[in-house]
Amino acid sequence: MKTNLKAVLTGTHTLSGNEAFIEGAFAAGCRFLAAYPIMPAIETIERYLKRSAEVGATFIQMEDEISALAAVIGASWTGKKSMTVTSGPGFSNMMEHLGLGVMLETPCVIVDVQQSGPSLGIPTRAGQGDMMQARWGSHGDYEVITLSPSSPQEMFDFTIKAFNFSEKYRTPVIIMSDEYVAHKKEKVIIPRADEIKITPRRYFKGQKDKYLPFKRDKDFVPRMVDIGDGYKFHVTGLTHDDKGYPIMLEECQEYNVHPILWKIRNDTEKIIEFQEIGTKDAEIVIVYYGATSGAASKAIKQARDLGIKVGSLKLDTVWPFPDKKITELAEKVKAFVVPEINYGQIVSEVERCSYGNANVVFVSHGENGIDNTEDIVSAIKLALNEEKIKKGIIEYQSQTGRV
Amino acid sequence: MEPLRKTEKDIHPMDDLLRMDRIPHIWCPGCGIGTAVTAFAAGLAKAEIDLTKTCIVSGIGCTGRVAGYVKLDSFHTTHGRAIAFATGIQVANPDLKVIVFSGDGDLISIGGNHFIHAARRNINMLVICVNNFIYAMTGGQVAPTTPLATYATTSPFGCVEPPFNIPYLADSSGAVYVARWTALHVRRLTNSIAEALKKPGFSVIEVISPCAMYYSRINRLGDGLDMMKFYHDNTEIRHGEDTKNLDIGFQTKIIVGKFVDRERPTYMDSYNKWLSGTKKD
Amino acid sequence: MKYWEKPFGKEKPKVPNGEIHILKERCKGCGFCVEYCPKDVLEMSDEFNTKGYHPPKIMNEEDCVNCGLCETICPEFAIWCTLKEEVALEN
Repeated sequence: MKTNLKAVLTGTHTLSGNEAFIEGAFAAGCRFLAAYPIMPAIETIERYLKRSAEVGATFIQMEDEISALAAVIGASWTGKKSMTVTSGPGFSNMMEHLGLGVMLETPCVIVDVQQSGPSLGIPTRAGQGDMMQARWGSHGDYEVITLSPSSPQEMFDFTIKAFNFSEKYRTPVIIMSDEYVAHKKEKVIIPRADEIKITPRRYFKGQKDKYLPFKRDKDFVPRMVDIGDGYKFHVTGLTHDDKGYPIMLEECQEYNVHPILWKIRNDTEKIIEFQEIGTKDAEIVIVYYGATSGAASKAIKQARDLGIKVGSLKLDTVWPFPDKKITELAEKVKAFVVPEINYGQIVSEVERCSYGNANVVFVSHGENGIDNTEDIVSAIKLALNEEKIKKGIIEYQSQTGRV
Repeated sequence: MEPLRKTEKDIHPMDDLLRMDRIPHIWCPGCGIGTAVTAFAAGLAKAEIDLTKTCIVSGIGCTGRVAGYVKLDSFHTTHGRAIAFATGIQVANPDLKVIVFSGDGDLISIGGNHFIHAARRNINMLVICVNNFIYAMTGGQVAPTTPLATYATTSPFGCVEPPFNIPYLADSSGAVYVARWTALHVRRLTNSIAEALKKPGFSVIEVISPCAMYYSRINRLGDGLDMMKFYHDNTEIRHGEDTKNLDIGFQTKIIVGKFVDRERPTYMDSYNKWLSGTKKD
Repeated sequence: MKYWEKPFGKEKPKVPNGEIHILKERCKGCGFCVEYCPKDVLEMSDEFNTKGYHPPKIMNEEDCVNCGLCETICPEFAIWCTLKEEVALEN
């Protein structure tokens, strides 16, 4: 693919998370967006349209989120890198086609700008309540790569990463943004186009009648072709064989779905990224991601000033979950503190992976929004004084009081 | 119509348009979907369009299986979302001709929203809607096209909901080409498909098809052949008929023909116009 | 002698005669081709194919005019006809 210089706005900019996402998408080569307007994701569409003419990108506003993701999957098969943006209620709508994207093994990127929930919740406030839905929301077994940026700069970087993962593994990739990251304006440094690493789509090159859309390479990832190249392939959302023909047998279910899961599970070491600070001598490790990063890092500083040995583990990739890292840390540390803007999602994963070797203290940001450094500090103190080896999650009771 | 000709013995002239490794297909004896596919294959050949730049998308259900039997770039997608999927393909690559081949339950019930919106936008695609008045794959439930008082497994006392009139729905939503034929009108259907394939914009062809296994069995209408005989005796061709008058009741007269053929800018026409306007600034 | 126009009746109109091919194993015995053949060339046979259906059999192939209706109406892609010869009409 030719590099479109206009697509990469090299330089330093002040961008919101939503805007940085679009710049990241253009830099990664995305040229198709289908979306349905929803707060707080709407600025992405506006930014996209502002730049689409000069970049040469196509947009269509679909009638709902279900069709938006369907259109994105269809568009991806024409060879265009495609994406959609949405927020909580729309993300629920997309679950149907998240499954289709996994089954058709179609590269695409979904951005979920999380808001509060369930149902309509508060569309103008941040939330992290969709983390489990991203992993388990669609029916059947699937693996999905989920990135969680915490700032506009990360939004830009992770978007490129997301497109690269989606092309490399032929799978939908979800970016779990949230209202806070989406609207926060910060400095974003966009590198030169030749400095951005882009994974190109892996095409099948061979005889036209020999193409099998689901014939796997050694790494379990099949090669793609575009519609209109004359391969006359068939793909289906039903359990299928290498040819893409539906076969209603348990053996085929195993043959088909097992590699879809294992192409990602085998490569978790390469996919998972996290930022680990000061965990070597730490007694307490704070595990956080996305919008809670600000409060968490402030709390870490305050706790360190108090003389508590606190380390931090920021999850860049939430799914696949860094099980091994948590297990390894659980053997060394006394407790984990997990702040989240929900009522307990990733914390249960942390508790699972610690196998009872460390306490897990959960700080819910339910009532205080994202900025409750004090609660996190108090939770760190609580974790320090709690008896060791206590199974189950200890929920920190906020001092500000719950209704 | 000139039938497709090849002189080799034992090779059906349409074999190169179909995925022969999947034949025999799953449809019951007496079902009209196979006939619709034959007419479609004949129409494809007749239209003489570039088959590599043509793709077919289906939803779910009996008719949803069509994509798997036609040798084009073919997609078998989720229930009702075939049009949405096809919209993505068409907008991302406007050079492609997209055909959506699906059933009435799939396109008009669960996919009804996508249907009217694609028609409103005038996305360049041909929608072939096989209407057998029932959900057949799941065992004969009421569909949005089931005529009033018709029996189905979910309407044991007769259907109480008035059905959709598909040509009227398509016409009022903005489709540029609307026709209705039955599985018996194979030649007119073939010609209609060939004509619609060349027409830019959202074209809808409704194919009324016998469902020998559920619709006719539950309603005691005999087998597929009896339904075909019914179409033979009770259809009337009225080209250009006002689509308002095309309601179908239980075993009433069916009006077939080409009802709408008009010009309207497609979505990509308008989009490119907007885009070229932006570039000048 | 040179004709400026072809005189009517100078050339006898030709009627095509078709050869019918049936793939019996594909047939599901729906009877569409038998019922709607305009020349009544086909008839349901008593024999079974491996699926247990009765495929059609050809009764009087000389009547076939190669119209191709059986080919298009067959839901199973099991029957088609090809042009064998064109016979000039007598009288």
